[in-house]
Amino acid sequence: MSEDVHLSQISMDFGSFRAVNNVEVTIKPGEFFSFLGPSGCGKTTILRLISGFMDPTEGAIKIGGKDMRGIRPNARPTALIFQNLALFPLMPIWENITFGLEVRGVPKAIRRAKAEELLQLVDLHDSADKRVSQLSGGQKQRVAIARALAVEPKVMLLDEPLSALDLKLRQHMRAELRAIQKRTGVTFIYITHDQGEALAMSDRVGVMSQGVLQQVATPQEIYNNPTNGFVASFVGENNVFTGRVKSVSDGIAVFDTPKGNFSAKLGQNVSVGDTSKLYVRPEFCTLHREADAKANSIAVEVSEIAFEGNFVNVFVKDHSGDTHMVQVQNDPAVPPPALQTSCQMVFNPASCMILAEANTGHSGH
Amino acid sequence: MQELIRRYGISLSVIMAAMTAFWLLALVVIPNLVLFKFSFRLYLPVDQLGGPNDVYTLKNYITFFDSPIHINVFFATIMYSSIVTIICLIVTYPIAYMLAKVLKPTDTATFFLVLLIPLWVSEILRSFAWFIILSAQGPLNAFLVGIGLIEKPIRWITGFQAVVVGLVYAYILFMLLPIYNAIQALDTNQIEASQDLGASTWRTHWRVVIPHSKPGIASGCVMVFMLCAGSVVVPSTLASTNSRWFTEIIQQWMFEGLDWNVGSAYAFLLLVLCIVFVSLVMRVLNVRLVDIAK
Amino acid sequence: MNSQTFAKITVRVYLGLFIVYMLLPLAIMGGAGLNNTRFPSVYPWVGITDRWFIDLWNDQRMWGSIRNTTWVALAVVMISVPIGTAAAILLNSVKPKLRSVLYGFMVAPILTPGAVIGISTLLFWNSFGVSAGLYLSVLGQVSFVAAYVMLMVLARLQSFDPALEEAALDLGATHGQVIRRILVPHLYPAIIAGAVIAFFQSVENFNVTLFTRGNSDTLTVYVGSKIRSGITPTINALALLLIIVTVICAVIYEVLRRRAEKRAAALVAAED
Repeated sequence: MSEDVHLSQISMDFGSFRAVNNVEVTIKPGEFFSFLGPSGCGKTTILRLISGFMDPTEGAIKIGGKDMRGIRPNARPTALIFQNLALFPLMPIWENITFGLEVRGVPKAIRRAKAEELLQLVDLHDSADKRVSQLSGGQKQRVAIARALAVEPKVMLLDEPLSALDLKLRQHMRAELRAIQKRTGVTFIYITHDQGEALAMSDRVGVMSQGVLQQVATPQEIYNNPTNGFVASFVGENNVFTGRVKSVSDGIAVFDTPKGNFSAKLGQNVSVGDTSKLYVRPEFCTLHREADAKANSIAVEVSEIAFEGNFVNVFVKDHSGDTHMVQVQNDPAVPPPALQTSCQMVFNPASCMILAEANTGHSGH
Repeated sequence: MQELIRRYGISLSVIMAAMTAFWLLALVVIPNLVLFKFSFRLYLPVDQLGGPNDVYTLKNYITFFDSPIHINVFFATIMYSSIVTIICLIVTYPIAYMLAKVLKPTDTATFFLVLLIPLWVSEILRSFAWFIILSAQGPLNAFLVGIGLIEKPIRWITGFQAVVVGLVYAYILFMLLPIYNAIQALDTNQIEASQDLGASTWRTHWRVVIPHSKPGIASGCVMVFMLCAGSVVVPSTLASTNSRWFTEIIQQWMFEGLDWNVGSAYAFLLLVLCIVFVSLVMRVLNVRLVDIAK
Repeated sequence: MNSQTFAKITVRVYLGLFIVYMLLPLAIMGGAGLNNTRFPSVYPWVGITDRWFIDLWNDQRMWGSIRNTTWVALAVVMISVPIGTAAAILLNSVKPKLRSVLYGFMVAPILTPGAVIGISTLLFWNSFGVSAGLYLSVLGQVSFVAAYVMLMVLARLQSFDPALEEAALDLGATHGQVIRRILVPHLYPAIIAGAVIAFFQSVENFNVTLFTRGNSDTLTVYVGSKIRSGITPTINALALLLIIVTVICAVIYEVLRRRAEKRAAALVAAED
């Protein structure tokens, strides 16, 4: 039903610009894998390389162990869902869905039955004879998925297909996509710049920056143990402190900053004496009246409070005027401190990390 | 080319490229080069072909420059073609503006539906219509005598006046349509903004509408001028002995003189005239070829 | 009367005069085909007659020229529509620099006088031993008619989403299937409109045909020679018939065009 996809040290050059730089990753059969990164990071190029619209400058793409070089998109066991969906406007829905079968010479009656079956799968009944223009955004999305599934691909490639939808629908479609993926067991490779989408749907996420794969891990791992500063700051919010690593023992380093010494976990590629950055998530910070001897503390004053619904963002200023953010659960019984309150921002050494900058692919290894 | 192959495959790309190449080479470029070459050769009897007289020469062009009559006709053609172009521009600009911005869209649609009739009737019939109207016993004279404006019929088909009337009528829609298209693409808010900022009607047109419709104006002027200068039908219907058109001289060489070499030299002069005019319009109005040919 | 109503009336009068100016000459010409006078005229009105139509009906040369015109026009459509379409598709997927050069060559025939096209076509094919005749008229007309088709198809291509081609390829379609099932259906309205324009451009053509036709007549050449050789109201009768045919064709074309436009607009609206 599904196959693994092995990207073996692939690079892609456009003239002198290297869009994808030495990417190595194996996507397991039946996995929901996301490439996450800002626009221009090379993730769409990777998708087009896998689907066969171009071949990599270096390296190999193997699907199910078979090298795909030179195999045209129409002969690859992949199906691509385009960012704008690319539904054929002049064909009714059912012809759209079974276009892949039509070009393979499947008779009309069988195609029609297949279309009905797929429309059931994506929860779109009675739409077979409608026109594309008669469907809503979410319905078009489902048709695009059904059309891709009709050719029974081993690997489904999705290029930010939810980006055109409004927030509510987007969240609904996340669950829907995930459910369809589990039902069909097809390997999904999903491209997005939306961290929420990637974290919520994926079995594993690959974070990319400037053509380089920064980290491949489960969503929890990506969020809780980012390998470098880029991953930490692209996925989720952070309070950042710049300083120098003074000493290390048992993986916990002492980090010397202008705002005092902090203890923190030491990340990869950072050693004693390096100038680096410390990252701590706002939800791992708390506000207390007194400093905590076992944790890191910094004296601050509450400068702004933003109520977001289920949580509250409390912005605080330290003595040198830098702003930090503390995120607390909304609980009427325990309201956040009032504006101008002087207090201590406390965070645990186990929940903050000293990380190197992004891997640019030029140095290291 | 790579993009083409990527999108449509190698064999279809080759077919499409071959069709385009046949068109551009066999039907456009090489025939004009042959015309150019022909214009430097002499019209010789068969037995002299390949002989000492079969050389490249400027003689065909010298024939033109040695003939004051032909030079006169050439410049008359330029002058009256320009006059027709200007008349068409002045008459149609307000119409184009009214159709695009003043009339309700449904009225404009009806208007164009009616205009389709003269647009689709061939130019030979359009000029023949004026031949009948302007003839000595025709309805125009009858009307003018009838209302007492003139005492006896006037001979209209003499000199260039009838030719100009016929050319304006035959080609005026080629001016109207591109200008209309250009003005229509102008955001009405810009006109309103200009008026709101206190500009007069004249100023709004001069600073907002006309600059925007320049590509349309250029396109209309080029088309009308080219059609006029190259017109065969209208002058042959409405010209008289004292008003000859350059295309008539070309016809004379081709059909009566049977000297295709001089004929091609004259045809080439006509082509050069049109190229010069197109470049001039592009230069003066500062537009690109893409804007003119739409 | 305030200035606004005055402006309104001025607009109506000006546009009304223009319509009269455009239509009256045709009415006069057509009307003369019904008038029972030796020289075509509507004044003095002698009385309605059908004799000019009967004369026309009996004119074998006229029938021959109609056959020739139809033959030439169909041939021009058959050749110029595929060429123009292929050229537009090609133009749409080449690099900008090559694109503008090719574009220049492609639109040049529209800006070239018909006499020049006719003579150059005649000379070129003559050098291969092909003598003047309707074949050459077809080739000469194709050289500029294909440009009109190209421009119409190119305009339509602007609204085409290339992702549709990739989607079809990705679903396993061959390049031929992509063109047949995806691209051509999208271009259909422009191709049809191009074919109609090509047909009429050919029927109406005089200049190119005049220099390339040899001894054969087309309808316009026939009318032209009639006007020169001696005018009888049979030409007006013919003109009246041609105007009626033109009106019918123009209306059909316009109805079809508007229907296609409406459908396209509905599609675009639904896209948003």
